[in-house]
Amino acid sequence: MALNSKVPKGSIQNKWTDYKNKINLVNPANKRHIDVIVVGTGLAGGSAAATLAELGYNVKAFAYQDSPRRAHSIAAQGGINAAKNYQGDGDSTYRLFYDTVKGGDYRSREANVYRLAEVSANIIDQCVAQGVPFARDYGGLLDNRSFGGVLVSRTFYAKGQTGQQLLLGAYSAMNRQIARGKIEMFNRHEMLDVVKVDGKARGIIARNLITGEIERHSAHAVVVATGGYGNVYFLSTNAMGSNVTAAWKIHKKGAYFANPCYTQIHPTCIPRSGDYQSKLTLMSESLRNDGRIWVPKNLEDVKAIREGRKKPTDLSEDERDYYLERRYPAFGNLVPRDVASRAAKERCDAGYGVNATGEAVYLDFADAITRYGTEQAKIHNISNPSKEKIYDLGKAIVEAKYGNLFQMYEKIVDENPYETPMMIYPAVHYTMGGVWVDYNLMTTVPGLYCIGEANFSDHGANRLGASALMQGLADGYFVLPYTIGDYLADDIRTGKIPTDTKEFDQAEKEVKDRIDFFVNNKGTKSVDYFHKKLGKVMWDKCGMSRNEKGLKEAMTEIKAIREEFWKEVSVPGSSKEMNPELEKAGRVADFLELGELFAKDALAREESCGGHFREESAEESGPQKGEAKRNDKDFAFVSAWEYKGEPGDAVLHKEELEFKDIELKQRSYK
Amino acid sequence: MNLTLKIWRQKDSNAKGQMVDYKVTDISEHMSFLEMMDVLNEQLIESGEEPVAFDHDCREGICGMCSMYINGEAHGPDRGITTCQLHMRMFKDGDTITIEPFRAAAFPVIKDLVVDRTAFERIQQAGGYISVNTSGNTQDANAIPISKHAADEAMDAATCIGCGACVATCKNSSAMLFVGAKVSQYALLPQGQVEAADRVQNMVSQMDLEGFGNCTNTGACEVECPKGISLDNIARMNRELMKAALK
Amino acid sequence: MGGFFKSSIGRKVAMALSAFFLMFFLIIHLAVNITSLFSADLFNELSHFMGTNPLVQFALQPVLIFGVVFHFIMGFILELKNKKANGVSYAKNNGAANSSWMSRNMIYSGLVILAFIVLHFIDFWFPELNTKYVLGDMSGMHDGEYRYFHEMVEKFHNPLRVGAYVISFALLGLHLAHGFTSAFQSMGSSAGRKKTLQNIGKAYSIIIPLGFIIIALFHHFIHQH
Repeated sequence: MALNSKVPKGSIQNKWTDYKNKINLVNPANKRHIDVIVVGTGLAGGSAAATLAELGYNVKAFAYQDSPRRAHSIAAQGGINAAKNYQGDGDSTYRLFYDTVKGGDYRSREANVYRLAEVSANIIDQCVAQGVPFARDYGGLLDNRSFGGVLVSRTFYAKGQTGQQLLLGAYSAMNRQIARGKIEMFNRHEMLDVVKVDGKARGIIARNLITGEIERHSAHAVVVATGGYGNVYFLSTNAMGSNVTAAWKIHKKGAYFANPCYTQIHPTCIPRSGDYQSKLTLMSESLRNDGRIWVPKNLEDVKAIREGRKKPTDLSEDERDYYLERRYPAFGNLVPRDVASRAAKERCDAGYGVNATGEAVYLDFADAITRYGTEQAKIHNISNPSKEKIYDLGKAIVEAKYGNLFQMYEKIVDENPYETPMMIYPAVHYTMGGVWVDYNLMTTVPGLYCIGEANFSDHGANRLGASALMQGLADGYFVLPYTIGDYLADDIRTGKIPTDTKEFDQAEKEVKDRIDFFVNNKGTKSVDYFHKKLGKVMWDKCGMSRNEKGLKEAMTEIKAIREEFWKEVSVPGSSKEMNPELEKAGRVADFLELGELFAKDALAREESCGGHFREESAEESGPQKGEAKRNDKDFAFVSAWEYKGEPGDAVLHKEELEFKDIELKQRSYK
Repeated sequence: MNLTLKIWRQKDSNAKGQMVDYKVTDISEHMSFLEMMDVLNEQLIESGEEPVAFDHDCREGICGMCSMYINGEAHGPDRGITTCQLHMRMFKDGDTITIEPFRAAAFPVIKDLVVDRTAFERIQQAGGYISVNTSGNTQDANAIPISKHAADEAMDAATCIGCGACVATCKNSSAMLFVGAKVSQYALLPQGQVEAADRVQNMVSQMDLEGFGNCTNTGACEVECPKGISLDNIARMNRELMKAALK
Repeated sequence: MGGFFKSSIGRKVAMALSAFFLMFFLIIHLAVNITSLFSADLFNELSHFMGTNPLVQFALQPVLIFGVVFHFIMGFILELKNKKANGVSYAKNNGAANSSWMSRNMIYSGLVILAFIVLHFIDFWFPELNTKYVLGDMSGMHDGEYRYFHEMVEKFHNPLRVGAYVISFALLGLHLAHGFTSAFQSMGSSAGRKKTLQNIGKAYSIIIPLGFIIIALFHHFIHQH
């Protein structure tokens, strides 16, 4: 099937407006005859469910947690971008569009990104109207902060909990519709398959996670908003339950999966402390504004530190390697996320990692404390301040800026980051790849939509900070509710979709068979055993830098783990009860398939772009030596994979990317 | 370190539960409490027993999913944290740790340490929102200036993660800190004024209907709240309800 | 409004309102009694006024009785409802980690106070009613002088009774230590959580019971036969 992105004609500024003017709509009286299923209730799913219900559709919403409020959107800290230009610093829709495309290393679809930038301002208006308590200045107006990689201040925030507040806003909009009976909410339910009737998505099979009951739900359209698949790495900053299952199931039923290899690895996470580690914790990128990143210059010092014979503060300036400042004098510690992450890995691979696992570098605030302290001494007219005085003054400033992060660090690591440098290491954070969708956010299956992090559309090969929240809400509040009408306009006479059909029988049987297999299999190893094994292969061979040999090995190894999994997995308990191990087994089974496709995609993309770094595609000489080298001539396309029975057999479809409004440039941070 | 765990086991909501003793060994003090539970569960799976079911998700203290009553306190002995942020360095080698589900008549046990907190959902649905459609055509976000003080206070109330520690801790199983926080968030903002009277009346009557107890101002909820939600929010809710009644 | 007092919060408010009234009454009661330490005549006159003034007897006294009864009954109702809301109790509960003993045991301090009030009524109020309204002697006189001071001194001869009074007032102090500021919180005022009112509350919950204790002990030890 040829890919049709359905991008409307016309100038980029007018595409969305013109398109909305001409799109098919469903009249209000007919909407009440139409059912829509929304799977996932984070920012994208929650906002979509609420808006569709407000419009008059009957919505059934599904979440695996006990409440929509717990979706992992809640963990986003920094903020949400919007081209409001409240600061008068030259921001505009075009500039936000430009920054996002450039930040994505020119691998996203222009028309989608422009639309995203266009509706970004509405998001802020909407959220304020809903009572989201954004930060304000003393004049009572909304405050902004700036974020990495851009030249304007356009990020709106609510303390360090912006994701939480936006999600609670969407959740409150949902609650209003649940109370009105327009949303039927299914908490603690997991979608286990999509049901297609005559080629169209017409329902889902879901498991009630409390009783274990398998349920059939029908609708005229299905929206999947189930987030990213970072947990394929086992360790990531995602929630423990975040999974690829819904996205993967629809992929197996005909939805193409795009760019699975585009993963964002965030440089400032708290390092792993041991093999028992279950999850990684992110600390805001803002720390790099004041912290200096380093490792010891000499391996003897590394050894001494690991064995506890030396403390990092014992090392003189000469004995430290501020490797980002050394390699990227222009941007220093503020290089983009992917560059900072790769540089940390390079040092640790060379043996310079500073903790027991060998995977940690220092983020040092001593200089910042001294700098701020001296500054404060001047401001307060203190002549000849003592070292202690400077330290105290500087510490107060650092505490005011980053106090909550320092406190969080100290709780987890049990070291005082004011006194000894923090340890950080990159961790998987966000997946730009996802289910392929057209301009309407519809997948390659008619009536099946995919929104939020689960789709591939807006961030290209790398996502800018504070853009994930923007995309989730844009899709759910302002894009999908319009575009879905175009499809549903043909369904006003269809009537209720029956669930007692052979299509539902078949899908339910497949789901039940798989569950029965798990609980009856006489295996010897826990689900986590396989998940950890998969995660290690992913991290070692499909992580921050990738090469042909490693990726090929990864494909073979993942396949082998998958085969072992289906023989040896042990799932205690029964299928007719709450059974977390059974839930995990289903999710890991899907990760084991996705992982292979991931490696295959990374192998096929023989260029470096954004979060995807191929060692074979690096600058060979000149000032950029060793840096990522994009290949626009051969790879300016979206890789959309069609499922063919085995992940390794997936067929590649290319959506060529055209850049009419932006000139392609190589990124440079030297 | 080596520990003895006394854990509440209950097959499902209808079954009778009991405390069961387990031993775990070689626990690192750097582990989080839930990672220690992971170790126990791996051990149980290996020996063919059913692992302990417990709620958890983000494991960074924001989703509000985790919910254990550890050694007689919601989210354990540390302050300002959820169970997932509790670290084993708070315990000593040889300790016995009692782990129970959050208890309240309105929070029935689903399995082991997992409880049903959907009563909170229904309270929110009764009025925890501002009735505005998502048209995107509301007025400009800066059209109504809101004092920084009010916005910050609203934010402090809105920080609630809905974990239910307040109910679990309260000797009366009262949900007033939770409801008070939501009522306060909107009461402090001009957007919330239009529906203020109906909101507080509907939310409080749903809260009573769910079978939560009354507040006797012991202040335990505030102490155990992982997000430090203030008792002032309960006072504000009381005030709002009186105001609504006098209308 | 009727709906309001059926709600959980409405009941709290009612508890707080009755508490305010009772706390005010305690001040008056102590103010009258304290005069007995230095002037039997003043005490007698005030007692006679209180005991015979129609406004006090037929307006304030019924309100007071109602307030006491209401506060107790509502307290019990709420306690029962709260117990029901509790469900299964914890195997291990560390209440001391997050709240004061007083705040968690209002029902017990309250029960002791109730028992005391019964004793107190038997000691003073019932005989008083009997003299005044059954026997019809409104003079307040006995053997040619006011009987009030003498009757009180008489009661404090018994060390057991004095002991019961002291213990009861100590528990009243604990009840007030939480109840004073708690009533403000229930009334929707955060003032109860501010330093000023907390200090006033502390002072009140010490001074009032201590005053009564001193009076009991004073008369016990000074007027030995």
